[in-house]
Amino acid sequence: MVLSERWLKRVVFLLCLTPLAWLLALALRGELGANPIETIIRYFGDWALRLLLLTLAATPLRLLSGWSWPVRLRRLLGLFTFFYAMLHLLAYAVLDQFFDWAAIWEDIVERPFITTGMLAWLLLLALALTSNQASQRRLGRNWKRLHRLIYPAAILAAVHFALMVKADLREPLIYGAILTLLLGLRLIRRTRVYKTLENR
Amino acid sequence: MPFLRPGDIRPSEITPAAVYRDRRRFLGAALAAGGALLLPSALPAAPRRFGPLPRSPLSTSEPPNSYKDITTYNNFYELGTGKDDPARNAALLKTEPWSVTVDGEVERPGTYTLEDILKPHALEERIYRLRCVEAWSMVIPWVGFPLGDLIKRFQPTSRAKYVAFTTLHDPEQLPGQRRNVLQWPYVEGLRMDEAMHPLTLLAVGLYGEVLPGQNGAPLRLVVPWKYGFKSIKSIVRISLTEQMPPTTWNRAAPHEYGFYANVNPAVDHPRWSQKRERRLGELRKRETLPFNGYAEQVAQLYSSMDLTKWY
Repeated sequence: MVLSERWLKRVVFLLCLTPLAWLLALALRGELGANPIETIIRYFGDWALRLLLLTLAATPLRLLSGWSWPVRLRRLLGLFTFFYAMLHLLAYAVLDQFFDWAAIWEDIVERPFITTGMLAWLLLLALALTSNQASQRRLGRNWKRLHRLIYPAAILAAVHFALMVKADLREPLIYGAILTLLLGLRLIRRTRVYKTLENR
Repeated sequence: MPFLRPGDIRPSEITPAAVYRDRRRFLGAALAAGGALLLPSALPAAPRRFGPLPRSPLSTSEPPNSYKDITTYNNFYELGTGKDDPARNAALLKTEPWSVTVDGEVERPGTYTLEDILKPHALEERIYRLRCVEAWSMVIPWVGFPLGDLIKRFQPTSRAKYVAFTTLHDPEQLPGQRRNVLQWPYVEGLRMDEAMHPLTLLAVGLYGEVLPGQNGAPLRLVVPWKYGFKSIKSIVRISLTEQMPPTTWNRAAPHEYGFYANVNPAVDHPRWSQKRERRLGELRKRETLPFNGYAEQVAQLYSSMDLTKWY
């Protein structure tokens, strides 16, 4: 590595903030379209899902390349996933529903795409809250078990996106395919070929 | 009656449509026009304005959305599934020449040029609310004439119970039709009494100008008390039928999109609550009105029907 780990993390940190900066720039230029609230909600949702897939790519990348730096970026990427998921949820609850708790609750209970999205967010919240080293120490072996919740969270997030779409499933299918690949790599990890790769 | 409360001045009189567009686009058009003096073939089709239009007493007095909103936020899957795709791809749609086939249960079937279709009808400006099933809404100053006047010309037979409409099917001009997102061509239909209702409009223009491709040029339906998907765009066929015709979204997901598609805050869509809506340009949502606020005029058409069943 040419970059020290500290500098690598700083660069990735700034990279993770660029989507937010880009959105702010669009907003200042008045280029959020005829339905800015919808644009903002979709934008944060897209980036939460993209970062979630990047977080999940760290382990397979290490296994395939032998590099260790992807895994050391995993927590940072995971926390930015939650950051954008939080902005996504806030944009929905504040801008779209304007704290109308009755309407929000009705959405959660009656609309499957909101139900799956909320569940995914709750799982990500649990992971974000226990992402610090104190929690790692306190939870011991259970920490790793708890953090496997990233898998159902990712599946729920991908389903959330697919359920929202009216007819054109192309985009959610692309994300779904990447997720299937990333989870599939973990499954075949148990095979001997993969074990060999892992131990080299 | 409350709906007989026209705005004092038509929006097309207050502000030229060009001002509603953003300055960059306006300047771009000016530059293009300037360049066109050197290269006459590059002259873009200038938006053609209709002459002075009579004001319809059926117009709402609510302030219309901007020309930019109306022409850049469109659901016209034939030109792309993103909201901004139709405006981007609209140049592919060639609306001249255009003809419409009228057939089925009529005494005078035939294929007519658009000019023949429009000739006997006096155009007027109608400002209507438009409510999308996705829970957003706009106010749009259409230019058009009542569908019922056209249907009468072709003399429906006594067997005519429904009117079926078909959109142009040509993947060269409508690239969205190259993928089977929906079953093409797009079809829609109305019951005869809905089609003959004075609110039901055939639109050929917007803000006093010729309708842009993304809004369903050159001829589209506007049924203001129904969800937007009912108002079929770029019509090439009008058939009067005895049987209830198929409709595209109903075919795609019958439990989500009914034949009638009347705006109804009491019947939720599985994806969107229909209780409230966002009027584009407004921050807070507003209550959705039964039949999109046109209940006084149209509710009696459905007095004998259970609208939770016939959604």
